[in-house]
Amino acid sequence: MIISIASGKGGTGKTTIATNLAFSLARKGHNLQLLDCDVEEPNAHIFIKPEVEIREPVFFNVPQIDEEKCTYCGECAKICAYNALFVTKGKVMLFPQLCHSCGGCSYFCPQNAISEIGHEIGEIQAGSAYGIEFAYGKLNIGEIVAPPLIKKLKKRIDENKVVIIDAPPGTSCPVIEAVKGSDFCLLVTEPTPFGLNDLKLAVEMLKVLKVPFAILINRWNEEYFEIDSYCKKENIPIIMRIPLERKIAEIYSEGNLFSKELPEWQDKFCKLFNSIEGLRK
Amino acid sequence: MIQEVTVLSGKGGTGKTSLVASFAALAENKVMVDCDVDAADLHLILKPEVKETNDFYGLNEYLINKDICIECGKCEELCRFDAIDNFQIDGLYCEGCGICFLACPVSAIETKERVCGQWFISKTEYGPLVHAKLGIAQENSGKLVAEVRKAAKKMAQKKGIPLVITDGSPGIGCPVIASLSGTNLVLIVTEPTVSGAHDLERILDLCAHFKIKSLVCINKFDLNLKKTREIKELCKERSVEVVGKINYDSIFTEALIKGVPVVEFSDGETSRRIKSLWGNLYNKLSS
Amino acid sequence: MKIAISSTGNDLSSQVDPRFGRCQGFIIFDSETSKFEYLPNEAINAAGGAGIKAAQLVVDNGAKVVITGSIGPNAFNVLAGAGIDIYGGVTGTVQSVIDNYKAGKLQKVNQATNGPGAKGNI
Repeated sequence: MIISIASGKGGTGKTTIATNLAFSLARKGHNLQLLDCDVEEPNAHIFIKPEVEIREPVFFNVPQIDEEKCTYCGECAKICAYNALFVTKGKVMLFPQLCHSCGGCSYFCPQNAISEIGHEIGEIQAGSAYGIEFAYGKLNIGEIVAPPLIKKLKKRIDENKVVIIDAPPGTSCPVIEAVKGSDFCLLVTEPTPFGLNDLKLAVEMLKVLKVPFAILINRWNEEYFEIDSYCKKENIPIIMRIPLERKIAEIYSEGNLFSKELPEWQDKFCKLFNSIEGLRK
Repeated sequence: MIQEVTVLSGKGGTGKTSLVASFAALAENKVMVDCDVDAADLHLILKPEVKETNDFYGLNEYLINKDICIECGKCEELCRFDAIDNFQIDGLYCEGCGICFLACPVSAIETKERVCGQWFISKTEYGPLVHAKLGIAQENSGKLVAEVRKAAKKMAQKKGIPLVITDGSPGIGCPVIASLSGTNLVLIVTEPTVSGAHDLERILDLCAHFKIKSLVCINKFDLNLKKTREIKELCKERSVEVVGKINYDSIFTEALIKGVPVVEFSDGETSRRIKSLWGNLYNKLSS
Repeated sequence: MKIAISSTGNDLSSQVDPRFGRCQGFIIFDSETSKFEYLPNEAINAAGGAGIKAAQLVVDNGAKVVITGSIGPNAFNVLAGAGIDIYGGVTGTVQSVIDNYKAGKLQKVNQATNGPGAKGNI
């Protein structure tokens, strides 16, 4: 089963939930895999502290023009939907940052003058800790295209395990790449107007993706009930609440797992998993 | 010369937008911009009255016309995005390259323009705001960010407004790069946690990569004083100035629930610190 | 010699469009014959790389000089790379701009005048 952990808003506690859920389930003997797909700012490894066994660079194909064969006909620039190529007499200019690696230019080049060459965009690191098979992607600084790295990371999914995916924030391409194909998505929100606004966006996204979901309210303080009203109206289950506690924030700030230091939480996370299994049926 | 300050955080949830809302209340004569087009929140506090709405176009949409399609499978074979299955194009996977459209031997594939978001010029109690809403599950947020910033600069130019304050988005990828390139100054809002420090380093690297001057503010500094010291050390090593420290205070949430900037909600210690942060930032801009 | 001017309309009385990549269109003016044609800008709604596409359009139409308001780094680089002279910071009607160009009153630009930079402009 693949469970992704997402939220429209950043900083609601996705990584905290993903890592503590993975840890608690692994403790109870589940065969577990955790993938941190927030490749722009991966954090799960801070809490899981895995021994890195594998480092694998990830490449993205961009065109390479053979100037010997090129006749500067301009066909490649004409068909490029991303305007990543510019052709003038005696010159082809490529803007690799705009390229989506669709392969159109090399396919349509009448002279067969275009091949493809790998451009490194980041790396995947994999290892294990607490019996969790863990992997994360790390986008190189200055690179803009996260989805191919996420796609590559998701190739590691082992369907025989319980797979937990820590998704990036937002509702655009990287999040969609991370969440699509999940059996279930847990949306983590916080009880504030920002939390609610961004939660609504995430709910719309999941409806488009057709992934079943439920909500976890983090830093619950019994002061703001708008999320409850919204979920009631939309008929969305709220399956867990984690109270706003300074102790939890402090454990987090040190880069530690609160369910490890406060073991009573392990059962709560296992119950959370049971609720998810129940909702899937 | 218009000055632009962009507020970023790397990590989400460090309190960036709350601080930007306070800057909106503190700064005079400026244009506000919300570049978090995926999950925009600034409008919840600034309460804009929309004056102008503009459509934002993404890449074209493609559809297979069943009546013409001969099911040769060429399109599916060529599509690198696995968007074509059983002679249907899944818009969610399609990246709009149009290779299928060009390669179809019987021209069975149709294309049309796709509006994938909107951006707005609004009036608020605190001055003009340029903001946007990306359609759900749409791409190109970097492009929309660039568009929104351009509109804000143009407005500032036209009205003779000297300052643009930009609320960025989390991460270090496409929308963030689009919100920081060409800005005058970046303020990074971090928090004293291992994750906060980790993400801070990545965003400092990004600013260095684009050669943009950055400053740091540590929010919730008293949550973990040891980590705060470590972050200050890190900044010192990298010659980045820490221009503010804000305490861990529930009035952030209280002000948010009331829908007002923190500095207007209370005039206690936290507000005093935010005012001093803005003062420091403003001096850096004008110097 | 052909001159491309970013324009908000299709004749010489139109105002210069301050944008290059996303201008409404281009007036391609032939300085030898004083004839002109109007090219709508196909790049106006491009999702990305509008400057590059607009540059490709004017280069393909034989322009050797580009006159506009502001120009982004990608467009600047490709035009400069194609050996095109670029004049920026221009306002007024297309006709007045052509007159100023002939009188040598326009300022050549040696670098991009605006834009989020190549990496951001996607």
